[in-house]
Amino acid sequence: MSAPARAASVARLEKLLAALMAKGLVTEAELAEMQARTDRASPEIGARMVARAWLDPAWRARLVASGSECAEAMGVSMAGAPPLGVLEDRPGLHHLVVCTLCSCYPRAVLGYPPSWYKSFEYRSRAIRDPRGVLAEWGTTLPPGTKIRVVDSTADYRWMVLPMRPEGTEGWSEDQLAALVTRDALVGVALPVLPMAAAAE
Amino acid sequence: MSDAPPSPEKAPAIHDMGGLSRFRCSPVERDEAPPDAFGRRVDALRQVLAAKKMMTVDELRRGIESIPEDEYFALTYYERWMTSICTLMVEKGVVAAEDLR
Repeated sequence: MSAPARAASVARLEKLLAALMAKGLVTEAELAEMQARTDRASPEIGARMVARAWLDPAWRARLVASGSECAEAMGVSMAGAPPLGVLEDRPGLHHLVVCTLCSCYPRAVLGYPPSWYKSFEYRSRAIRDPRGVLAEWGTTLPPGTKIRVVDSTADYRWMVLPMRPEGTEGWSEDQLAALVTRDALVGVALPVLPMAAAAE
Repeated sequence: MSDAPPSPEKAPAIHDMGGLSRFRCSPVERDEAPPDAFGRRVDALRQVLAAKKMMTVDELRRGIESIPEDEYFALTYYERWMTSICTLMVEKGVVAAEDLR
């Protein structure tokens, strides 16, 4: 899936860029600036949105109502990006996000989608065998938990608001945010305490 | 909904991959590598062209989704993006097909 691009593709891209640059339509500086901006987005933004929701009920309500508004409140520009929806896990209900058609992903708050998210296997299996996919991540849900699989699209992106793990009473926002991995924001994993992870 | 196989004209296009039985027994390869230099360059180009109103995400999708099945599977993710961007730029007359050969 993430095999390197073949030399012919790299050469074709450079031909395209040369043609665009010769006409003054795109510059090397614009590409570099856009790439730097894209590289800066990371799951740490989504993790902080979740940690705040675990600590502040008013923020949680706002986050569930509009992820986009909360992202903007955290200084993330959502201009031109599709709306961001936030899926709230609760006892008995777990969410999993996939883009069956390609790779739609809340990039503004999670960064580049990982290769596995874009893989044919994940795209096809997440909706047919979500528990099997979760098992590959070592994720087991409490018995009786329903899974709601949500398809991210070009017009609406989703992230998961997982449940706060037990044993984190009194933790700071920084400590809580460190528990929220990219995988937990997609729903293939749950936030776990470092001790619990080490004990596995 | 019946379980009868879809007739050929109703079979989904290949990008419509949800539930596809072809990958039913294949584990998800846990590849965490960030995009390589080629991928990040294609990604940035797409965003620059979108910001300049030279193409839209929906056009990118249409270009990707019209890639023939064999090629769709053979190309890497960002090669599919680049193929679509090249198609669009030629279609729109922004660059000439000869420029890309």
